[in-house]
Amino acid sequence: MREVHMDLISGEKLENMTSMEKIRLILDKVKTGKIVVLESGLTPDEEVRLIEMTMTEIRVDEFSGIEIESYPSRKEGSFLDKIFGRTLKGRMTVIGPANQIHTIEKDKYQISTKVSVGD
Amino acid sequence: MGFIDGLRESLGSWISRIFKKKRAKIGLYGPPNAGKTTLANRILRDWTDGGSFGEVSAIPHETRRAMRREGVVINANGSSIELDIVDTPGMATKIDFKEFMAFGLSEAESKKRAKEATEGVIEAIKWLDDLDGVLLVMDSTEDPYTQVNVTVIGNMEARRLPLLIVANKMDLPNASPARIKAAFPQHSMVQISALEGSNIDNLYQAIAAHFG
Repeated sequence: MREVHMDLISGEKLENMTSMEKIRLILDKVKTGKIVVLESGLTPDEEVRLIEMTMTEIRVDEFSGIEIESYPSRKEGSFLDKIFGRTLKGRMTVIGPANQIHTIEKDKYQISTKVSVGD
Repeated sequence: MGFIDGLRESLGSWISRIFKKKRAKIGLYGPPNAGKTTLANRILRDWTDGGSFGEVSAIPHETRRAMRREGVVINANGSSIELDIVDTPGMATKIDFKEFMAFGLSEAESKKRAKEATEGVIEAIKWLDDLDGVLLVMDSTEDPYTQVNVTVIGNMEARRLPLLIVANKMDLPNASPARIKAAFPQHSMVQISALEGSNIDNLYQAIAAHFG
């Protein structure tokens, strides 16, 4: 029986990491075929930096990129959030190798993915 | 000198208010094959003496370098806005050269295209730091919940910059702009066909209202 390795990373662990540490952790795991689930997700800026770094690491026949799935942001924060510059926290995010994880269906409330086990 | 500069600035602001002419640098973003370059070319055709941002193709990642055109003046709603338009390469989280081979490109061509496409995505991301707003172009026949759409919208919200969603390809029978609106209800959306020009005047009015 083939196995899929998943790492579920807690929000507490992510809170104590810098953006670059998070991105490096994710890419190192995904490049070895692991699926990563982040409890509290990434900020929009971290998401875009993850995509940017992924592009620099794509190699023919080795690594074709990532599949990343998170929910759309919630509605605008409250008036007080805006006054104090508080940003909305990231939401649960699933990241895996592009050749192994495929989104079946996604909407505001649910992400369905299919994981293929390599040969 | 300070007084003269101040006077000049006040006068410029006053004239600007009178004629409602504003300037903004906006980027066209979206997944590959959403119709960004088709829309950018149409805007040039409608509001300039001509020219184009680039070729369009059914093969993804045809645009692999960001192209900028300055001073495109759009008149709508009785006001005028001068745009610097940046047509960016399609954003993606994965690029596999084999995908291009399925369109008939040779292995060497496909690998070259894949390499250039990764550079294009990085270039598109870099441009996000230097824009006043974004036109996010989506293919109305596709599922709007792609990570590219979610990420671009999240970034514009975090930066508090204006975003207008363009639901493109409304000419196709399976287009569903309503699905896009339902996915991102907090943002303005205009449905168009960049290819046929359908509803394009509504887009220009929305651009003037949104970025002006």
